[in-house]
Amino acid sequence: MDLILPDYGLLFWTALVFCLLLFLLAKFAWKPILNAVNARGQKIHEALELADKTRAEMLMLQAENEKILKEARAERDAIMNDAKETATGMVEAAKNKAKEEANKIVESAKAIIASEKDAAIRDLKNQLAGFSLDIAEKIVRTELTSDSKQKELAEKLADDINMN
Amino acid sequence: MTFAKLFTQVVFILFLVLIPSKFSAQKATSINAKQATAVDAVEEEFDVNEMIMHHVKDAHEWHLWGSEHEGVSLHLPVILYDNGFQVFNASHFYHGLKVVDKDEKTGEKLSYLLGEGPAEGYALFHEKIYRLSQGKMHFEDGHPHNAMPLDLSITKNVTSLFIGAFLLILIMFSMARFYKKNGAIAPKGIAKFLEPLVLLVQDDIAIANIGEHKYRKYVPYLLTAFFFILLNNLLGMVPILPGGANLTGNISVTLFLALFTLLITVFSGNKNYWRHIFATPGVPIPILIIMVPIEIIGIFTKPIALMIRLFANVTAGHIIILALISLIFINKSIAWSALSVPMALFISILELLVAFLQAYLFTMLSALFIGAAVEEAHH
Repeated sequence: MDLILPDYGLLFWTALVFCLLLFLLAKFAWKPILNAVNARGQKIHEALELADKTRAEMLMLQAENEKILKEARAERDAIMNDAKETATGMVEAAKNKAKEEANKIVESAKAIIASEKDAAIRDLKNQLAGFSLDIAEKIVRTELTSDSKQKELAEKLADDINMN
Repeated sequence: MTFAKLFTQVVFILFLVLIPSKFSAQKATSINAKQATAVDAVEEEFDVNEMIMHHVKDAHEWHLWGSEHEGVSLHLPVILYDNGFQVFNASHFYHGLKVVDKDEKTGEKLSYLLGEGPAEGYALFHEKIYRLSQGKMHFEDGHPHNAMPLDLSITKNVTSLFIGAFLLILIMFSMARFYKKNGAIAPKGIAKFLEPLVLLVQDDIAIANIGEHKYRKYVPYLLTAFFFILLNNLLGMVPILPGGANLTGNISVTLFLALFTLLITVFSGNKNYWRHIFATPGVPIPILIIMVPIEIIGIFTKPIALMIRLFANVTAGHIIILALISLIFINKSIAWSALSVPMALFISILELLVAFLQAYLFTMLSALFIGAAVEEAHH
């Protein structure tokens, strides 16, 4: 029965020792321990937060870099395309111009050739006419020796002229 | 650290003053030969109940080794308040005459030790000190009727209490010194071992049950209670000198701890807490007539349950281990040790778990009660 009856002596000593223990430990143990542990916890928490923030910032920077790179690439492509276009345009234009020039030259050459030919033909014609006149004069001189012959020739010439 | 030193000095001085320099072998002296033979005959028989109760209860000596007659034990100081303080050593009882007397009603034989020298006028019966009336003890139905002086003795449990407190201060101060010296760094050594426990009490017991805003004030008590119970539970598991006392399995100790929790709960109870007891919101008046007494009883049953839970769990563990070991002596055959020793070992390991579990439960429930007392209304 006295197992479950409190003993005043032990109760007194327990109270005394426990209260002293509580006071001493609270003041000299729990306070510094918890302060240090919680300060460390805070430090770790802050460090982790900072790391997270830094990581996010880095990601953002990376994304920005990526964007800039992309833009640069796009710009480069655009410039290259432009250049290519310009180049092809220029080549095309040059080609066209060359063709035109060539055509022009050919045209003018043709015209010159034609005019030269005309001149040559005219010259030939003139010379031929001269020759023809000379020949005709000679023939006429011979032919005109008689009147009949003169007449015959005139008629013949007139026919020729008519035929021409 | 000066406090630890001071404490050590105080304890040592106390022991030097109060404990005789020699360990005394105990010799029972009987009043006459007839009774002496009767006493011997009685004591030849192994009484399991007597043995277990002797180990589980408090004593004025710390038995070290050997049998009851030839064994060596440390006799502890006795402090009595009986019209003034009387301080003497318990050896004045253990060296005194062993008187065998008959119960006045049942005729059952009961023996007690008569004090001698400074202990004259007192007798020790079942480790309790009684004042003699007409030079003897009077029994009725196995219970003494003599008056008891206020016994503030440094008993086995009180000694264990001092040892436990001293160890606790030593351990915790060295842990605190680590943090003071190194600041907020990762723990090493003893701090590494104890920090999870300290954080368990702070985070999982105090913050979880009391709440983020109000827990801080109660952490020192919860930590002290947790480590006090844990260390003394563990010391109780050690069968030799630094341990062996059944301190946390003593109702006086658990009574005080539960009382402390009760006082904290009552004094930190806010308006909301008391309103829930005396005028639970939303409960009609006729039901309140029944509810209020129940709620008032509830204030006390919670710490009483705390007190009984710790006491019963620790004492039961001790009793089971002792009973298993007793099997050898009951059957008077060492062969039984093949069964009882493994069983006792198993229970001992279980008790290690219980030692931790009960410390956790006591602290956790204390925090829960405090948490309920400081909780703000939320409707």
